[in-house]
Amino acid sequence: MTILSMFRRYKTFSHGGIHPLENKDSTAGLAIRRLPFAPRLVVLLSQHKGAPARPMVRVGQEVVRGEPIAQADGHVSVPMHAPATGRVSSIDLWATAEGPRAPAIVIDVYEAASQEVLYEHPVDVMHMPPADIGRVVKDAGLVGLGGAAFPSHVKLHSPEDKEIHTLIINGCECEPYLTCDHRVMLEQTDALLAGIRIAMRASGASCALIGVEDNKMDAVEAIRSRLHGQDAIQVHAVQARYPQGAEKMLIESLLDQQIPIGGLPLDLGLAVYNVGTLAQMGELLPRGRGLIERVVTVSGPGVRRPGNYLVPIGTPVGFLLQQAGVDADANEVILGGPMMGMSVASLDVPITKGVSGVVVYESGDPDQRARRVFPCIKCSRCVESCPMRLNPSMLAQLAQKREYERMREDFHLDQCFECGCCAYVCPSNIPLTQYFRIAKAINRERPALVV
Amino acid sequence: MLKGKPVEIRTAPHLKRPQTVDQIMRNVVYALVPVAGFSVWQYGISALALIVTTTLVAMLTEQLFSHLSGRGNTLHDWSVVITGLLLALTLPPGFALWMAAVAAFVAVALGKALFGGLGYNVMNPALVGRAFVQAAFPVAITTWTPAFAPGRFVEFIPSTLAMPFMKPQPVADWISSLGIDGFSGATPLALQKFQHISVSTTDLLLGNVGGSAGEASAILILLGGLYLAYRKMLDWRIPLGVFAGAIAVALPMWLIDSTVYPSPLFVFLSGGLMLAAWFMASDMIASPVTPFGAFIYGVLIGVLTVVIRLFGGLSEGVMYAILLANAASPLIAAVTQPSVYGQIGRLENRP
Repeated sequence: MTILSMFRRYKTFSHGGIHPLENKDSTAGLAIRRLPFAPRLVVLLSQHKGAPARPMVRVGQEVVRGEPIAQADGHVSVPMHAPATGRVSSIDLWATAEGPRAPAIVIDVYEAASQEVLYEHPVDVMHMPPADIGRVVKDAGLVGLGGAAFPSHVKLHSPEDKEIHTLIINGCECEPYLTCDHRVMLEQTDALLAGIRIAMRASGASCALIGVEDNKMDAVEAIRSRLHGQDAIQVHAVQARYPQGAEKMLIESLLDQQIPIGGLPLDLGLAVYNVGTLAQMGELLPRGRGLIERVVTVSGPGVRRPGNYLVPIGTPVGFLLQQAGVDADANEVILGGPMMGMSVASLDVPITKGVSGVVVYESGDPDQRARRVFPCIKCSRCVESCPMRLNPSMLAQLAQKREYERMREDFHLDQCFECGCCAYVCPSNIPLTQYFRIAKAINRERPALVV
Repeated sequence: MLKGKPVEIRTAPHLKRPQTVDQIMRNVVYALVPVAGFSVWQYGISALALIVTTTLVAMLTEQLFSHLSGRGNTLHDWSVVITGLLLALTLPPGFALWMAAVAAFVAVALGKALFGGLGYNVMNPALVGRAFVQAAFPVAITTWTPAFAPGRFVEFIPSTLAMPFMKPQPVADWISSLGIDGFSGATPLALQKFQHISVSTTDLLLGNVGGSAGEASAILILLGGLYLAYRKMLDWRIPLGVFAGAIAVALPMWLIDSTVYPSPLFVFLSGGLMLAAWFMASDMIASPVTPFGAFIYGVLIGVLTVVIRLFGGLSEGVMYAILLANAASPLIAAVTQPSVYGQIGRLENRP
């Protein structure tokens, strides 16, 4: 291990991982473009982990771009802001990527509504007491923009018995096709660094490490050129290898430490943020604005004008695809990246805060052919590819026998974070990740046996 | 313009590495073709008939059982072709065809289909077939004929064409009629074991020796194996383990008494060790799924093979070594589970 790492140029995690085709070239070089408003924007009340936000507006009410329209319900929750000026036409159930319909505030956008944000309350974040910054972050409606959509303020302040000493800033973007974080690092470098300094001040962390995959060296250089000699912020290139951007992997790559089973980065004194989240923090907080738009990569074989679009939250996927020139051949539309994203059943599904990309496949795409499933031939590729060092082959055998509890008790099912490496490499085309998703769902419904 | 809804809903991951079971199995067959070809060149039409017989019978048996058990057509996964080919390569070139057919039937029926087909067999099916005929036809399976016999492309070895359920003709007269000097009817292993005569390394490498149909061409086997390892269709830890295990036993013995015990090089190149290490021990299904377990399993095969060869009653032990290791492989896999991420969390305070 140590001998091998001497020959490696950049650090990486210790086990498993895959190298799917990156397919990032079609969008990596394209600057972020602003998307026009869709005639109707749909702000889902639950775009984040935790309790859904509670509406503060009535049907028929006028809202101004940037104005809060729903408030946080409890600690693990965030408010929502109007992405455009218009009129609330309904508060109703709406299609979501996850499947079940969920409550949303629907805004009919005024024609020729301005992109200007007028609703703001500037604050001097760098001079306010660190303990108060979390409230401002919460008021901005910030959640993890890397896909997890966990409310950012929750992990900004450590509980009393624990201390955050280092921030890990995730700029890996290991999913194929996605380049939004890459563009943010290049184009919003100053906002990113400002956000990191705010987060360091709030959390009390003395240093911050930015991890960027080595296929984005221009971003590494852009950040490094803005750091001074003794800066508490450091940027490190790490090997491009999926799932480098998973927080457990990135922590192992950068610090050579593993989060204990069942633990959090906080147990190691760490807090992990996506670069997009902190860039928004640096941009929004000093102006006292809310999160109303985000950068979304639209790419894939079925897209004629791929690119990185600055998309108002609530834009229906169908409108975004129309703007990006997707023709009728679109066969599968994935929110997020192709490894961990979700395919949507309806083009009415709106973009939420956690959506980093929309990947479109055409029918007959070679990556998408229906494949025959063979029995497991125990080739051990899944075992070798699992970054969590699980035994997917064994887990799948147990899943087929419905021994879900044994999967959890004896084979660490709950350590699986569904990166999809095992299913990607499986020559028998066994839907391993899906097996594990189902097993976990069943285990959640059936509480653990008390031993 | 987009109309209506996207038609397909899938679960992540939406990407798939383009390498499937049938491709892996097909490539193993490709890697075996040169070995089989060399065998035909050595032994002529008898070897060809042997290979064709076992492969066809294996395929028909597979089809029969798939049909009976309602699994549909399973020939397309190519795995049964490997079984048929491998079986032929482990048999004596002059083995009676009807016996070879029995071996192929048993290999697929008993070794594979009864367990549930591809992926469920406990042992390597080809070796199950060979073990059966080793017990059933002990004379025929140890009757060796010389390689490069004149006229091998026009006439069969007499024993090849024995009538079904009939004892094959003895081949001693036929061999002496060929006028090949010094052919003793023994394999290099038997010569070494019982008479302490070592065949030269060059002859071993080039296949200029007697033995099973496909075990002679060490170089072609090595090339085929390396091709598969390069394409990641074979776990390199298994052949590595086999050779490590073999050398661990053979080297000390040879150092103790080189007049009685063979050199490690001879151990590698003689008999079926090469073919077994690259193509039979490496059968994914019957080997442990854990990477470290695969290495242990390989070492076990190497050690057992040499122990049987040096101290057992047989001159060749690789078949039993693999079958035993196959039986042990679930156990090996169970005790070599990888240690999960976070199990040994190092809780240092600072990077």
